[in-house]
Amino acid sequence: MASNVAVRRSARSRAGGLIGAFARSRELTLLAVLLVLAALVALEAPNFLSSNNVVSVTSLAAIIAIAAVGESLIILTKNIDLSVESTMGLVAFVVAVLLKQQNIPMPVAWALGIGLGMALGMVNGIIITVFRVPSIVATLGTLSIFRGLTYLVANGHEINANDLPAGYTNAASQTFFDIPLFVILAVAVVAVAGLALRYTVFGRQLYAVGSNAEAAATIGIRSRTTVFLAFALGGMLAGVAGVLWGIQFGQLYASSASGQSLAIIAAVVVGGVSIAGGSGTVMGAAIGALFLGLIANALNVLLLPQEWLQMIYGAVILFAVSTDAIIQRRTQLAKARSRIR
Amino acid sequence: MTNEQPAATRPQDSTPVSAEASLATPGRSGNPISWVRGLLSAAARWEMLLLAILAVVVYEGMQISPYFLQLDFWNSPNFGASVSGTMEVAIMALAMTPIIITGDIDLSVESMVGLSGAVLGVLWVAGLPLVVVIPIVLGVGVLGGLFNGLMVTRLGLPALVVTLGTLALYRGLANAVLGTSYVSNFPSELTTFGFGYVPGTAVPWTLLAFLILAVVFTAVMHLTWIGRQVFAVGKNKDAARYSGVRVASLRTALFAVSGLIAAFAGIVLASRYNSVRADNGTGLTLTVVLIVVLGGVDINGGKGTIPGVILAVFTLAALQSALRLAGVSSEYQNVAIGLLLIFSVITPQIARQFRVLVDRVRSGRHRPVRDPVPGEVVR
Repeated sequence: MASNVAVRRSARSRAGGLIGAFARSRELTLLAVLLVLAALVALEAPNFLSSNNVVSVTSLAAIIAIAAVGESLIILTKNIDLSVESTMGLVAFVVAVLLKQQNIPMPVAWALGIGLGMALGMVNGIIITVFRVPSIVATLGTLSIFRGLTYLVANGHEINANDLPAGYTNAASQTFFDIPLFVILAVAVVAVAGLALRYTVFGRQLYAVGSNAEAAATIGIRSRTTVFLAFALGGMLAGVAGVLWGIQFGQLYASSASGQSLAIIAAVVVGGVSIAGGSGTVMGAAIGALFLGLIANALNVLLLPQEWLQMIYGAVILFAVSTDAIIQRRTQLAKARSRIR
Repeated sequence: MTNEQPAATRPQDSTPVSAEASLATPGRSGNPISWVRGLLSAAARWEMLLLAILAVVVYEGMQISPYFLQLDFWNSPNFGASVSGTMEVAIMALAMTPIIITGDIDLSVESMVGLSGAVLGVLWVAGLPLVVVIPIVLGVGVLGGLFNGLMVTRLGLPALVVTLGTLALYRGLANAVLGTSYVSNFPSELTTFGFGYVPGTAVPWTLLAFLILAVVFTAVMHLTWIGRQVFAVGKNKDAARYSGVRVASLRTALFAVSGLIAAFAGIVLASRYNSVRADNGTGLTLTVVLIVVLGGVDINGGKGTIPGVILAVFTLAALQSALRLAGVSSEYQNVAIGLLLIFSVITPQIARQFRVLVDRVRSGRHRPVRDPVPGEVVR
């Protein structure tokens, strides 16, 4: 994969023309497609732009985006976390149980939830870096283990909004200057993570480990520590997403957030983060989350059957990754030709 | 996850891995005697351990309930019923094994189970006879598998992403075909296959189907050039290609087989439930991958045996049945399965590290230049 990344990078800097421009800014292309799609949906169904709908779509997308930023940190190191949905579900449920049974203030419960998410990420990180289990196997296992723990905590019960303290779900509908609170949070997370990835040593190390582990080790990067930290931070962000999930829905089952791993990884992949590691941005992942959220909502307001959603998700993932591959091949070919001349 | 690691470093083995050596399956050279010896010594390790686990679980099961080993394949939480309850997963694990050995993965099998069931149901409702419907359903499976394979090999995409995409895509297609409705009352031929025994024996038809497929897969993977090529691709794709293996065609074919087998598993599931819904098979991929990994197949590719996977099927069935007899609910059984998955990978890793340590102490050799990176293949 290392050579691919090198090729892609040099293709980005050298290959001119439309293809080069397209390949250069995945985030911009995606944003453009997203805006066009939103405009079309708004023309077809005016209630799409109603403030209620906008708040609910962007808030949900913000939750997925925060989890997708965490997942990106992990995928950048050439690992994957399939257990993120179970982490979110467990955190959301534990926070709700804490608030219901113990009489602790909400911010403390939220902080404990985020800490729990980080601890679960560390468990993944230890299994992967200390015991050297491939991340796909390890997190496939913890996907069902963490979910099982949620069932254990739930013990056959669910939690309704009236079990929770008054005002628990208020934050979900709160806006500042017409911008939903969750969106502001997501933008902050993306900004911090994006800047850290770009400008800090740790951020560059994540890319280095993901694009060429051997070279990274040679120049003295402790890749196992880096991967462990990526999982810890990814778990922490999954914890944040879990807390927000609880606030957004107010009603929690042991199966809450089931199936969200697919949506989160889809957002990351659609956002242009390479599953082979070492390339992509968290900004892309967040836009990917918004894009997928928009599609789900578009089906809703256009009164199309919800059963199509998974098909569309699948098609979007495949389209995104295959256009990437085709563009990469074209630029590679063009470069080879120019070298011959 | 991907197999494009640099040539594997082998801390316990001072000789560099030559392309030729990495081509021969479990042994060190291409000569058949050492190949057989290699196979035997591999069997002596992981498969024997599995057999021991199976024996312990069966013993524990007998302690919990004397009916544990009673030969009744239905209507009870005993071992036999648990075995016949895992047949569709077991069948899919057989086809998943060569895919994982080549270093790929197919996450879409559970959705193919749903899609094939949906097609089966819709065509049956439309009034077509089963002899027409079943080939069409199997054809859908082959097409789905081919699509996966071509996306992976022609576009050079990681199998993980492609099959994650088709995991959603095929489930979506199943939803589009069948919607939220369900089809039941299939003809007696199909339900006999799902519920009945082979006449004159106590063997369910589905178990017979699994055993036949198991023999076929064992023979092809361990006795023919096809299997040899699969291992060669898994060990080192470039070396395999330079020695004349048509790597892309082989990988594509394996995905097509996986699609075919998943479609067949969809039929098995439909016949066992006597009903199909668009969400048939949801969540089965986890169990399929678990069985393959528990069977001693290296998730990074290049290593594993079909007999190991077959043993893993029975071990898992015995465990599930013992847990059910002990009154453990299915949510917690999933925890046990997840733990088992992780431990089945950790144990050989620890054993390997221990062996490296012993080696190092014994020979006074230097430490390897660097520690392996997470996810790197260390054999």
